[in-house]
Amino acid sequence: MKKLLSGNEALALGAYHAGVRVATAYPGTPSTEILESISQFKDIYTEWSTNEKVAMEVALGSSYAGARTMVSLKQVGLNVAADPFLAAATTGVKGGLVVINADDPGIHSSQGEQDNRRYAELAKIPILEPTDSQSAYDLMQVAFDISEQFDTPVMLRTTTRISHSKSVVDITGQRQLREQKMEFPRQMQKYVMLPVNARVRHPLMEERLVKLAAFGDTFAFNQLEKGEKKLGIITSGIAYQYAKNVFPNATILKLCLTYPLPPELLKKFAAMVDKILVVEELDPFLEDHIKAMGINVIGKEFLPRLGELNNDVVTGAAVKADLLPASQPLEKISIPAKLPMRPPLLCPGCPHSGAFYVLSSLAQRLKLPGSKQTDKTSTLVITGDIGCYTLGAYPPLNAMDTTACMGASIGQAIGMEKAGISNKVVAVIGDSTFLHSGITPLIDAVYNQSKITVMILDNSTTAMTGHQEHPGTGFTIQGDPAGKVNIENIVKGLGIADVKTVNAFNLKEVRAALKDSLERDELSVVIVRGNCAVKVPKKVNPRAVDKELCNQCGICLLIGCPAIQTEGPQPVIDGTMCMGDACTICEQICPRKAIKPASPVKVGVNK
Amino acid sequence: MKKFDLLLTGVGGQGNILASDIIGDVALTAGYDVKKTDTLGMAQRGGSVISHLRIAAQVFSPLIKEGEVDILIGFEKLETVRWANYLKPGGIAIINNYAIPPLSVNQGLEHYPTDAEVKNIIGQRTDKLYLVDGSQKAAELGNARTLNIFMLGCLSKFLPFEIKDWEVGIALHLPERLLKLNMTAFELGRKEIR
Ligand SMILES: Cc1ncc(C[n+]2csc(CCOP(=O)(O)OP(=O)(O)O)c2C)c(N)n1
Ligand code: SF4
Repeated sequence: MKKLLSGNEALALGAYHAGVRVATAYPGTPSTEILESISQFKDIYTEWSTNEKVAMEVALGSSYAGARTMVSLKQVGLNVAADPFLAAATTGVKGGLVVINADDPGIHSSQGEQDNRRYAELAKIPILEPTDSQSAYDLMQVAFDISEQFDTPVMLRTTTRISHSKSVVDITGQRQLREQKMEFPRQMQKYVMLPVNARVRHPLMEERLVKLAAFGDTFAFNQLEKGEKKLGIITSGIAYQYAKNVFPNATILKLCLTYPLPPELLKKFAAMVDKILVVEELDPFLEDHIKAMGINVIGKEFLPRLGELNNDVVTGAAVKADLLPASQPLEKISIPAKLPMRPPLLCPGCPHSGAFYVLSSLAQRLKLPGSKQTDKTSTLVITGDIGCYTLGAYPPLNAMDTTACMGASIGQAIGMEKAGISNKVVAVIGDSTFLHSGITPLIDAVYNQSKITVMILDNSTTAMTGHQEHPGTGFTIQGDPAGKVNIENIVKGLGIADVKTVNAFNLKEVRAALKDSLERDELSVVIVRGNCAVKVPKKVNPRAVDKELCNQCGICLLIGCPAIQTEGPQPVIDGTMCMGDACTICEQICPRKAIKPASPVKVGVNK
Repeated sequence: MKKFDLLLTGVGGQGNILASDIIGDVALTAGYDVKKTDTLGMAQRGGSVISHLRIAAQVFSPLIKEGEVDILIGFEKLETVRWANYLKPGGIAIINNYAIPPLSVNQGLEHYPTDAEVKNIIGQRTDKLYLVDGSQKAAELGNARTLNIFMLGCLSKFLPFEIKDWEVGIALHLPERLLKLNMTAFELGRKEIR
């Protein structure tokens, strides 16, 4: 049966057909949909883990017990999981263990650009890279076999473009499940990594690489496509597709096992062609390793190390490298005025908006649009974290000063305070992020007697990545009831005395709590609770601006709510977007009380 | 087999991803190779959303080269002119005559292109511009969300697929209770292109 599947859907289906029994993950773009997709099969165990490190450890245990297991994570997720990832590489596996790692060239939605093939090299484990959804489906099945045959975790590396593109998959297989009893026979030398045992494992890892390299020489998915002799292309992943478009006549070596590289196959290929260009995204990973084998290739002196490739970029590089003749570029359209950008915004009715409005006002950062007023020296420093709430960094809210990696806000705040800045420091962190990696730094704050204020924005979901459940929501990925962790109890359990919980949609309450905490000379936590607008089932009583009462002061525009628009200087509320009774933030800040429930809206032009 | 490179542009929530999924399935049914890729800069939060859809006997890159789009399908005017350079000379542009001004425009800091500017920008590539009243027609139908199927109706006039394949494709992606209304929107879309 032929179907259009995204790379992520194809990976999930391939794993299911390969007999995976346990799948773990923490959400992150672009890998999120892999677990979501495989969780539709009720006969396997799937979990959203607390964070990637835990996901990797649960997977490792499951593999030790004999189950075919997979972990999926985004590239920075592997930073978090690096410790157990390297441990897994050392101990090896029992049931096949596949780590699906999704890189994000072009930084579509990450806090950085990194080439995680380097991690597999560090861990001395194999990398498989699909070139489209069909190959994702096929390779997933092979991945488990390789893992078991070579006693190693396998990195299956995808990129945003592979994960999020749909292409045709011929679904040939069906679920193959071994009859098997789950058991863990003790084996001290393999599973207890005391130095004496780790010393035994290391040479096995080196041997493993040698065997894998030889395996790659005849691996059916490393494919040689014969073409003209004058140009050879070595490529992998999505770059293969661009190479096929740009060099239709070249001889191409498509590598799907990209680490370790197949020495004999590469030598054979090099002997077949006059010149070799390596086409790969991000780092010169293949290129460096091929050069180290003594094979002469060109690559990154023409192709960028940054961002995604595409046909235009590869063509440009080919022209620079004299591999293609320059062609007359199509004339660009002249655009009369600069087109306005459309940055993402917090949704209408977002529970984070009010919290940031208060924070911004306490930090004296609110500025009317277009006003010439210069930034006052802020009394506060606001360390931030990653989630929808990172959008609070943008104008008009301007209420976030740092974003580094998940969970960093609290540690950064402690560090600023200890370094001795004179401002009070507030750390802002979301609920999923807090549970992911905010607890250990909060312990640090208690232990080291820090006096920062921590704001936990609890919208009861992992909104940024598409509203996944987490340990605080009380539901599993499949929507079944689950254990529910209480954030107040965690915080109080650490021994923090000043802990307040406030309603995100009551600005007076938020303001009073925050102001009180900021004035105190002790560690404090304010939990701001309110449902994510996307989770609110129904919009009731959208608000409207009473033009008689409104004096066009523009204060309501400082929330940055997309439902509040302008007709000339007059603010107006788009009733089809307004969340109404569920929010009322603008109503609370309007000094003239000009914002009120509108008369019921007619079903009109929707946006 | 002819090739069709389509670019769909819009704002999160307008339903253009679903539309491109439907086109993909219809093309697959019609025996074509298909690749589709969406770029969504945080679509949920009102960001811009574009889909590249490539239909041919065999497709390699899922991304279309600049200047090679055969049909540009715009759900929102600003987001469409933003991608105008992708249209091939003499290509077709079907644009929903509808504006969703970004915050900076609402705050009076930036300028939203006028209809004359939209026509001028697209006009530098092609005279085959269809400015259609999709949002209005969808609202008149009583369900603004039918916009995407209306746009598919417009598009269907330029693609070699049979109406029954479109029906099957649409039914695959929409709940049954909404089918009738959406097929009406599809018909309205077809009528819009003369
Ligand atoms: C290590 C790591 N894993 C995953 C992600 C992807 N990611 C970004 S923010 C986020 C969680 C956001 O949830 P929450 O803190 O509850 O904030 P919300 O978006 O709900 O406001 C995730 C999973 C990441 N950036 N880094
Ligand atoms: S998805 Fe939820 S948390 Fe994210 S911006 Fe929208 S309302 Fe806020």
